Amino acid sequence: MSMDFYRFIEKDIKDPEHPYSLEELNVVTEDSIEINDELSHVRVTFTPTVEHCSMATVIGLCLRVKLIRSLPPRYKVDIRVAPGSHATETAVNKQLNDKERVAAALENPNLLDIVEECLSPTFA
Amino acid sequence: MDGGGAAELREAHRLTGHSDRVWSLAWNPFTGSGAGPVLASCGGDKAVRIWKRSPDGAWHCSDVLEDTHNRTVRSCAWSPDGKLLATASFDSTTAIWEYSGGDFECVATLEGHENEVKSVSWSSSGSLLATCSRDKTVWIWEMQPGNEYECVAVLQGHTQDVKMVQWHPFLDVLVSVSYDNSIKVWADDGDDEWHCVQTLTEADNCGHSSTVWALSFNKKGDRMVTCSDDRTLKIWDTSADLSQPKTGDDHESWRHLSTLTGYHGRTIFSAHLSSEDIIASGAGDDTICLFTEVEGPSYRLILKKEKAHDMDINCVRWCPQDPRMLASASDDGTVKLWELRGNALD
Repeated sequence: MSMDFYRFIEKDIKDPEHPYSLEELNVVTEDSIEINDELSHVRVTFTPTVEHCSMATVIGLCLRVKLIRSLPPRYKVDIRVAPGSHATETAVNKQLNDKERVAAALENPNLLDIVEECLSPTFA
Repeated sequence: MDGGGAAELREAHRLTGHSDRVWSLAWNPFTGSGAGPVLASCGGDKAVRIWKRSPDGAWHCSDVLEDTHNRTVRSCAWSPDGKLLATASFDSTTAIWEYSGGDFECVATLEGHENEVKSVSWSSSGSLLATCSRDKTVWIWEMQPGNEYECVAVLQGHTQDVKMVQWHPFLDVLVSVSYDNSIKVWADDGDDEWHCVQTLTEADNCGHSSTVWALSFNKKGDRMVTCSDDRTLKIWDTSADLSQPKTGDDHESWRHLSTLTGYHGRTIFSAHLSSEDIIASGAGDDTICLFTEVEGPSYRLILKKEKAHDMDINCVRWCPQDPRMLASASDDGTVKLWELRGNALD
């Protein structure tokens, strides 16, 4: 189930800074998605393209939006950067998993545009 | 009490109408003689809904307050006399609505925060309002004649997003909780200068180890419960009167009493103490828990209601007019009214 899910979800999200998909850049791989359908829980671990990548929060946001739009509402989603892959890993993870911060960010039209752009190939 | 037997939280009503998640709820504290309870809800659809009970016992939405905020309405709070409703929004403003003759009118807009306002609270006197924001500050506003509000203090101290503010039930003492994991207590020195008089942290006070989302005082003002992303609830002894300027070295502080761990599997977004001192908690695991204080003081779980909603529970609030009625709000867009039955306090 993990493999099918991965193929369906992650392959087409573009990295905001490069013209390649997250899969092509190894930002997200098959192994980095853990699903427990019984508990309705998903955890995605991703590796930002560069250690100080300021786009880490944007990539994380894109992943979250894609998952929310693709999964049944009962799913709980946790997103994190791969341990050791980012300079301010704890801070980024905290922000990505604060749903109030995520909700407010997605009401920012500029940020929403970037996210929609990164997700656009998937809904083409 | 009705009947006997084990405690049960029975779903009595389901209020639908919001087209996005419901973030927060507020019961009108004073609805006048004869009138039933009135509930306000607000959410991601940028609207505030007012709910009332019809003569046949069913609940209906009597008003929709929209076209004022242009982003999520995160929190709402009634003034102590029940005549005003304050609504705090991600659009960085707080609106004040006057409720008279059954109609709502926006009579003031409080501006000043740099970004999203997360919470609003009225002091027991009704003349002070507090707001807090992602801009890390807490603002105190004083109500002037003619629906004017003057900012009397901008409180700095939190190092991150402030999630909620709440006044003490009868003292002019304000508490704020934050993404910086701390709880701050604010009071004025008698000269209208507001200061942080205590900070409750993980290091010094058995405080929380992650974002603190909410707080609630009991009626007597000697207990405060806080809840957090660390998946715990903490109960504090708040009997020390922090509104008085400290004299001498040996002054009392608020202190940690108990930590409730292992009851919720995800972030606890809300906690509320009823007039009977029952703690209700609502969390990202879709579960509502109820606790009561027993000798020690210690806390006993009364019941755990799993799948209370289909998604995260953002707010739980006991009804002031009926201490066995609980309202809950969820990401699933609904508000539910529950009745607590059975020998809850045994």
